[in-house]
This record gives sequence, structure tokens and C-alpha cells, in this order.
Amino acid sequence: MPHNGGVSAPQPTASHDVPGPRSLTELYWAFTILALQGFGGVLAVVQRELVERRRWLTREEFVEDWAVAQILPGPNVVNMTVMFGDRHFGWRGAAAAFAGVLTVPSLVVLTMAIVFENVADTAEAQGALRGMGAVVAGLITATGLKLMPALEVSPIGRRQALAVLLLTFAVVGIVRLPLVWVLAGVGSSACLWTWFCLKQLDDQRAAAQPDVPTE
Amino acid sequence: MNVSLTGSDWLSLFAQFLLLSCLSVGGAITTTPEMHRFLVDSHQWLTNQQFVTSIALAQAAPGPNILFVALVGWNVGLNAGGGLANGLVGWTTAFAGAFVAMAGMLIPSTTLTYVATRWGHRNRELRAVRAFKQGMAPIVVGLLIATGWVLVRGDADSAFNPATTAVALVSMLVVWRTRVHLLWLLGAGALLGATGLV
Repeated sequence: MPHNGGVSAPQPTASHDVPGPRSLTELYWAFTILALQGFGGVLAVVQRELVERRRWLTREEFVEDWAVAQILPGPNVVNMTVMFGDRHFGWRGAAAAFAGVLTVPSLVVLTMAIVFENVADTAEAQGALRGMGAVVAGLITATGLKLMPALEVSPIGRRQALAVLLLTFAVVGIVRLPLVWVLAGVGSSACLWTWFCLKQLDDQRAAAQPDVPTE
Repeated sequence: MNVSLTGSDWLSLFAQFLLLSCLSVGGAITTTPEMHRFLVDSHQWLTNQQFVTSIALAQAAPGPNILFVALVGWNVGLNAGGGLANGLVGWTTAFAGAFVAMAGMLIPSTTLTYVATRWGHRNRELRAVRAFKQGMAPIVVGLLIATGWVLVRGDADSAFNPATTAVALVSMLVVWRTRVHLLWLLGAGALLGATGLV
């Protein structure tokens, strides 16, 4: 039985205290609005809308869902959208959120392609893209910084989690190893380490409360 | 640019995007070298300029980055259907191109995500599932910070740009510490760039 309310229960459950979308329509429009705010990537907006503004996800849930969305093939935001929609309204929710993040934005981008066929080549447009790119870099970094408190509850310990974070930053940002290698190497090691720590915690808990059945 | 695409060409376009979808760990943008090789180099269904502009335009537009795939498909359709000047045939072929590319790019990865996360949610109490999600958390956060770093730093051998770095640092601090709407920051960045200040 997962217990809610404390930071020690980061497993997402469908029936938690955090409010969720009330209807498929609300879900569709929430993701449309979210996608239309995302210039140069939607990730920072997803965090701000779902965690900070609507409070449909806690910081811990967001990090866990993002991990899954990241490791599976496909666009992270679309993967995250499908997961979120499915959790609330099953396949209909997945379809509504998927359609929300893609239909109106697709029409917008195709309209832009028709209207501004040659504008993207001008010096001003290139400059604007460069300026927005710099802002986006800041947004994404800030999103990472804002999610760091989610590591407080890491089963491997706060400092150890911070060390894994720094190692990931170094191999991706400085050494520039391909993502697949990083996920296979650092990712699998961290998961294995977490598994052993969780096993120890579960064993301790089982020893303390012999009447609770264990896995 | 005008090209003619047979039925089997359309099928191989669709199949290529289905394949790219399965390889797109880290997002569709990671498959651009392979996409470029297939569309521009080997089949010449698209000019290099159209390919590059598709990516740039999708970045300037709101919405997920995956929409560059719709633009790439749209341009293949334009080339195959004689362009929008060709009336209904041109429009239909362009839309078909965008649809085929997006469907191919999204069907495999989205289906996999749907099936895998349903399994994961049903088995969320399993230690392996908990270990995966909680074990990946520091890596995911580290990846985000590294992504920001790579974006502002550019290619590993490119020169340090103090102006864009300063803009990135300021926007990082503002987003981290305040609740200013993100669109204001993006607008300010676009303005600074368009006027040549960064």
C-alpha cells in the first residue's frame, strides 16, 4: 500500500492528492496551450505548466516520468504527453494529450512555412533564432536546477545522487559521449545501485515489521 | 525543385521514417544525419537548403521540435506535387508528405511508450521498476543541465561567445528564481538577436 503526503513516497499513483485534468477537453487544451508556448523546445514549459502552475505532477513524479520519456525512442515531450494522458483517462486521454500537443502546433508551423518561405534566411531571422537559442539554453539549465530537490529522496543518498548528476554532466557536456552510451553505462549502473539500496531498505523495513508481507 | 515519386517511393519514405522512429532515442533531432543522408544525398527528394530551413523554421515556431519532421515531409510533398502553384494537387501532395513523415516518425515510438509505460504503471511496486525510475532521476537532471550547457557552448571546437553566454546565464537565473512568463524571455532573446546585439 503506497502512502501519500510525504516526500518518502515518490511513486506516482493515479489516486494521489495532486489535482488532475477533469475532462478530455481540458487535457487537450492544456497540452495545446503548453505546446504553443514552447519555442525551441517544450521541456521548460512542461515543467512550469504541469508542476508549478497546474500542479498536476509533483517535482518527483515529473523527474521519474521524464526519465522514462527520455530513455524510450521518440520525442520526449510526445512520450511524456502520452504517459500523462493515459494515466488520467486511459487510451482516450493518451490520444487527447497527443492530439493536443501536435494538431494546432502542426498547423501553425505549416502556415509559417507557407507565409515565411524565405524569411528564415534573412539576417534578422537568423539573429532572432540565435537570441532565442541562448534563452532556451538558460531555460533548460534552470529546469534542471529546479528539479534538483527531487534528488533529496534518492534511495542511494543525496550526495551520491549529486555525484551521479555531475558525472552525467561531465560525460555529456564536456566529453560529449553519445546519449545511448551514457544511458547504457551510467544509467544502468545507477539503476543497479538504486536497486541494491532499495533492497536493503525493504529488508530493513521487513525486519522491523514482520507482519507486513514483502515482495 | 521538382521530383516524381512513385507509389513505392512513398512507401519507402514512410518505411524510412518508421525506422528512424525506432532509432530516435533522445528525440527525433538525433536522427537528422541519417534523415539527411536518405532524403538529400541518396534520393534527392529534398535540397539541402530545404532541409536546413525546415529545422530552422521549426525552431522559430512554437511547439515541440518534432514538427521539423512535418516540414521536411511537407517540402518533399511540395517537390513531388509541383508546389502550391499547382492547385489542389500541389496542396494535397504537400499535406500528404507532412502526414506520411509525421505518422512514420511517431507511430513506432508512441506505441512503444504507451505499451511500456502501461506495463510500468501496473508493476510500479516492483523493485526493478522503482529502481529504474529513481535510479535514472540524477541522470535526467544531469542531462538537462548538460543540454543547456551544450546549447550555449555550441560545437566542442566553436569559439566562446560572451554575449550569448551572458543571455543564457541571465535567463537561467530569472527562470530559476522568479516566475516571469517564459514568453517574455524568449521575446527579449529574439529582439536582442534580431537587432544584432547578441
